[in-house]
Parts: sequence; structure tokens; C-alpha cells
Amino acid sequence: MIDILQNITAGLLLLGGAAFILTATLGLVRLPDLYTRMHAASKAGTVGSCVMLIALVFVPGADGVAGRVAAGVLFFLLTAPVSAHLLAKAAYVSGVRPSASSVADELKTTSARYKAK
Amino acid sequence: MMRYGIVLILAVVWLAVSASYTVPNLVLGLIVGALVTFLVREQSGEAPKVRPFAVVSLFILFVKELLLSAWKVAKLVVSPKMNLRPGIFAYPLKVETDFEITLLANLITLTPGTLSVDVSDDRRTLFVHAIDCADIDAARRDIETGFERKIMEAFR
Repeated sequence: MIDILQNITAGLLLLGGAAFILTATLGLVRLPDLYTRMHAASKAGTVGSCVMLIALVFVPGADGVAGRVAAGVLFFLLTAPVSAHLLAKAAYVSGVRPSASSVADELKTTSARYKAK
Repeated sequence: MMRYGIVLILAVVWLAVSASYTVPNLVLGLIVGALVTFLVREQSGEAPKVRPFAVVSLFILFVKELLLSAWKVAKLVVSPKMNLRPGIFAYPLKVETDFEITLLANLITLTPGTLSVDVSDDRRTLFVHAIDCADIDAARRDIETGFERKIMEAFR
């Protein structure tokens, strides 16, 4: 009985995580520029991966997995924002400008580093 | 002193990751941890003060904001008409140390509709990309009364 409940919980978490990753993918395709795409990849992607990892904890007979899952989730949370930030910064430095639908770009108007470009 | 603490934390993480809680494994973790801290350059400046309860409160706020954030992005990309008003705004920083700025920038990246892009050379301004930039003042206020205040409470 407990086994079934555990399996159902794990399955639901897997589906939920997969749904978040699907929306991250959709976001990558549909959003207009790199910066908005990084929102989708860094947030929905991170939550999706973490939820799927957490699903592992509920699988019956998977002993000693909880510690590894905690470490995995922690590393996702530590690394995802760093890579998103680096990609956004690298893009800005190399001259990729936000899409035309943007309403403000105070980095361009206030930072001396980019004024010349 | 700080270094011994880090070695110990690394050893515990190693125990968790290898899922084998035995004494030889702990010793192995301690040895590898010591080697790792030997390789990494010593951090300059003194260690921040840590207030455990405020850190827990910061972490809870963070998890809540992260889930909210993923939900918002998910809702946005499946809506047939994406009503986007993205933009980059400047955020005047109150936190000062490298550690605090890094933490704030990371937390901002993982929260609803915001992504840190750059820090100015004088380290006084953080440039944040927002997926909904219609109300810049509200976005600034959210960071100021949310994460920045919590970080200052937790590490000062």
C-alpha cells in the first residue's frame, strides 16, 4: 500500500517536473530575445530539474538517495543563476541588444562602459 | 579557523553524495576537502557574520519566490498572446561586500521575471533585466524590501 502511494507521488512529481521543463522549452522557442529566453531557461528549467530529482526520494527501495538528491538540488540552485547571468552579460558585452519590444535599457543610458557603442 | 569549517562541510557533503556513512569514507572526505581548500585561493576580508534564523527565513523566501517565478514564466509562455514589456533597469545597491552582491545577484536571477546582467565598476549599481518592465519603481521596491533587506538581516 505504502509502495503504491510512494510510486504515485514519485510519478506525479516526475510529471510536474517534466511539465515545467516543457514550458522552459516552449519559452526558448517563443520568447523574442536572448534575455527573455534566459528567464525561461534559468527558472522553469531549474525548478523542473529539481522537482524531478526530488521525485527520486519517493521511489520505494531507493535508500541513501536523499542526501545525493539534496546535493544535486543545491548544485542546481547554485549554478543555474551563475550561468544565466554570465550568458546575459556575455551577450550584452558582445553587442546583442534586447528586442525591439523592450521598454527600457538603463544599462545603455547610465553605464559609461556601453555608451560609446 | 574558517578553513577547518569548510573542510568539515565538504566532508559532510561528500558523505551525503557518496551515501556511505562510514569512518574510512569520512577520513577520505576530510583528506580530499583539505586538498581542495589548499588549491583554492584564500579569501580576503573577514568572514560575514551569520544569523541562522535570518538565513533560514531568507531561504524560505527564496524557495517561495523561485516556485512563483517558474509558475509565472510557465503561464507566460503558454498564453497564446505573450504580452511582453521586457527591459533593463538600474538598481542602486545598498549591500557592499562581494559576498552580499553575489548572493543578491544570484537570488534576483532566480526570482520572478528578473535576471542580473551586470554590476557597475564602482559596485554601486546592479543592472537587472526584467521580463515585465512596465513598472520599474515597483520592481526596485520589491528587491529593496525583499531580498536585499533579508540579506542584510542575515549576514550583518
